[in-house]
Amino acid sequence: MDFGSTFFYKYRRFVKALKIYLLLAGPGLIVMLADNDAGGITTYAVTGAKFGYGLIWFLLLLLPVAYVVQEMTVRLGAVTKRGHAEAIFDAFGSFWGWFSFLDLALVNWLTLITEFIGMTAALSIFHIPPVITVIVVSVIMMLMVLQGRYWTWEKIAILFAALNLIYIPAAFLVHPSVGEVLSVGLMPHFPGGFNGTLFFFLMANIGTTIAPWMIFFQQSAVVDKGMKEKDIPWGQLDTLIGSAFTVIVAIFVVVVTGTVLYGSEIESAAQAASIMMSTSPYLGTFIAIGLFDAGFLGAICISLASSWAFGEVFGWAHSLNLKIREAPWFYACYLFALVTAGIVVLIPNAPLVMITLFVQVIAVTLLPAALVFLILLLNNEEIMGKYRNTTLQNLAGCAIVIGIIILSTLYGITTLFPNLLT
Amino acid sequence: MTIGTATGGRISTVVCGWLEKIREINRKYATPRITMSRTVKFSLLMLRLYLVFLVILLGYKFWTMLQ
Repeated sequence: MDFGSTFFYKYRRFVKALKIYLLLAGPGLIVMLADNDAGGITTYAVTGAKFGYGLIWFLLLLLPVAYVVQEMTVRLGAVTKRGHAEAIFDAFGSFWGWFSFLDLALVNWLTLITEFIGMTAALSIFHIPPVITVIVVSVIMMLMVLQGRYWTWEKIAILFAALNLIYIPAAFLVHPSVGEVLSVGLMPHFPGGFNGTLFFFLMANIGTTIAPWMIFFQQSAVVDKGMKEKDIPWGQLDTLIGSAFTVIVAIFVVVVTGTVLYGSEIESAAQAASIMMSTSPYLGTFIAIGLFDAGFLGAICISLASSWAFGEVFGWAHSLNLKIREAPWFYACYLFALVTAGIVVLIPNAPLVMITLFVQVIAVTLLPAALVFLILLLNNEEIMGKYRNTTLQNLAGCAIVIGIIILSTLYGITTLFPNLLT
Repeated sequence: MTIGTATGGRISTVVCGWLEKIREINRKYATPRITMSRTVKFSLLMLRLYLVFLVILLGYKFWTMLQ
């Protein structure tokens, strides 16, 4: 075969593979970019302002962490055709089932409030009142799910996920020194020495990488999408690409705040956007839009994760492919979570900071259980068959899960007792 | 029958329906499907201890906030 024929053959194969990927892509990309939700963007923004480019190398380590955990949900969902909530009930009985389900419902609802806090704060920079933000966001989110097709919902969600990449052009606007970003950022070190504050930030960055809702969301999304065992490699690729995007976005957020706000004491991404707005309106606008999008993306995934879990546990019809009259309880749960979370944000003098902190504490009660169940289920030959974890996957999975449990627990404890590390 | 009594009756029917649904779920998942190997038992025991530890910690925090 001559060069031209070989090239054409490989080109056709690539186009075919790309088409299949585009058809099957979705859950991994969406969950990973939604991982950079309002809380995540705030964590990265504050990290950049505090340590400059000094912790970029640490963010790179989060890629395998996110991939290894989320990849397991792809296999579990594709093989069992069940969401994580139902899988826990079935495998571990009603005690652990109810514990996981109720904890998930609570932590998701609280996290949803934090997403609304992020969205209202971002749009208030453009002088949009919180009440308008809450109403418009709720209406858009309802319209997204009510059109009656998972596929359409997924493609709209991917569009919003793509907007998460706005931090990349934002980083070019601040003209960082590429040499400095590479030399400081990629060299593993602890800026200012290893101390309590630095440890807190490392824990916060790990804590925001894997959240309980992500496990439940991706597994249910894989089931609702109708992915089968043969689609697992594509689901894995989707998750890998999503993990890469998560880390890329996180790094670019750090580059932006590390360049413009290094040494400043900021508390949130909204505050960073406000400060940048006064010096560079384009940059401030980019950061605010990114923060709004992050909150929006987080909100659509979290509210769906809860609705899917309710449907699985109570045996209600629970699919985005169903019309409202075919799955009324599923959509009612979705609407209820949205409306109540939105109302809490609008209550004058509501303890929003307390809620934000409380989320971290409640999350650490669920995350270890969800991760341990994931590992145990993935090791069960009766359930997983030939798709069960290999020794290498178990080594990586167990090491990462133990690391996440220790660090997220310490993060939760430090949130409860802030003076512990000082 | 007054409107109040009718509403109360409807609420109690809904609550009874929910309780029956919960009992049904408990019956359905009464027996864990997973084989209770030593690893599984150990993991579940560790999780229980972990949760007890967190409950104690939260209780302590609540107590110190009251002081």
